[in-house]
Amino acid sequence: MLMYLPCTLRFLARFCLVSRASEPFSRRYRVPLLTSIAVLAFGQQALASVLPEDRTDFLYHRYDGGGVTIDGPSVLVRKSVGKSVSLAANYYVDMVSSASIDVITTASPYTEERKQYSLSADYLRGNTTMSMGYTNSVESDFDANSYNFAVSQDMFGQLTTLTLSYGFGDDTVGRSDDPNFFRDNTRQQYGVGVTQILTRNLISALNFEVITDEGFLNNPYRSVRFLDPGSAVGYSFESELYPRTRTTSAVGVRAKYYLPYRAAIEAQYRFFSDTWDIVAHTGSLSYVHPWGDFTFTAKYRYHTQTGAHFFRDMFARSEATNFRGRDKELSPLSSQTIKLSAAYEFISDGWSFIDKGTVNVSLDYLQVDYEEFRDISTGAPLGSEPLYALDATVLQVFFSFWY
Amino acid sequence: MKLRRILLPLIAIAMLSGCSGIEPWVKPYERDRLADPIMFLDMNPVSSAYIYHVYEAREGARGGEGTAGGGCGCN
Repeated sequence: MLMYLPCTLRFLARFCLVSRASEPFSRRYRVPLLTSIAVLAFGQQALASVLPEDRTDFLYHRYDGGGVTIDGPSVLVRKSVGKSVSLAANYYVDMVSSASIDVITTASPYTEERKQYSLSADYLRGNTTMSMGYTNSVESDFDANSYNFAVSQDMFGQLTTLTLSYGFGDDTVGRSDDPNFFRDNTRQQYGVGVTQILTRNLISALNFEVITDEGFLNNPYRSVRFLDPGSAVGYSFESELYPRTRTTSAVGVRAKYYLPYRAAIEAQYRFFSDTWDIVAHTGSLSYVHPWGDFTFTAKYRYHTQTGAHFFRDMFARSEATNFRGRDKELSPLSSQTIKLSAAYEFISDGWSFIDKGTVNVSLDYLQVDYEEFRDISTGAPLGSEPLYALDATVLQVFFSFWY
Repeated sequence: MKLRRILLPLIAIAMLSGCSGIEPWVKPYERDRLADPIMFLDMNPVSSAYIYHVYEAREGARGGEGTAGGGCGCN
């Protein structure tokens, strides 16, 4: 099996580069398209100058928190063709049932389904891997297409991998209550990544990613609230209005260390800033411990950010500013996540054409504290509403097969 | 912009150093631990893509962290 070849590692500089499918926050669950491309084309750690492993994953995912439930399958199939080409395909579904704080205060609960298809190809030539991918996502009021390209080069005795990536996305935003409403977004992503083997026990990676959006970036359904003495509750709502451009920059570093016994720890940090004045710091620490046919993982992650310059929980009056938003994810906030996962290898010596099979169960507990977004669903008097907080659980169960 | 001022010179230095003939200090036969699956930076791509997607949906930042982005429920 390739996994244990003591050869050089063309490790994942890829791991984050072409990722982003960065749709505007407003449409968070309309999946970022460039994203899944990353899974297909760049998400898999490869050993040096070899193609990614032939592997198929069947995943069930379920997010439950803040009045929102989203679940569905994801199937990822990867197969090499000859010695130089590897193809991958992904089918992903989000089935959304939402009665979130935004929905219950300004709209009505709803259900929705989004389907996403992705295809990608890797071409290996010498120490160079060229990758390209396409993703299409469709739902009732949002269509998205994205295209990704990347080149990875192993160097310095294959201790170092440099990856350059570019992605382009094109979205069409609609409204379920207005068949004539169409708005466009375009998105470009640029990435540079270096993965570096530092010692026989330590590997590190540095990634820099810039994403630019242009077009209709706010949510066509979401509203902001403003003081209105004429209203019984003291405020009224009006539509959000975001800037038509946004550029984000993120630099991430991570390092993974093999402990004196067979286990690993990993530290990760990401600095983020954008043209909407959001500055964020994200750090995490994880531990991987194999035990017999099991592999256990524990992880803690912390994130903190400032708010967008046009975010207000309450505006002083109608159309008080040029741009306005009340998306809680644009508020100053902090979040913490604890993950526990276990994998069991139930096929280790081969069965039919399958070399190895594992089943994984992963549970994340996510807590978000919003520092300026208030919970107006409590009915508390104006000005004394409590700050909103959100708890969510994220369950993943998946089977993986190598062949 | 500050990020670019820091990173671009580093990237340029890294690229130029490709001409200097650096000897690999970790030999191929010393990389057995790095080839152990527990040392993979992304052990399960389909899973990590999904969870980064969740983070991106729940937070205002994106990119630079892992395989994926965006989305799970919000409005």
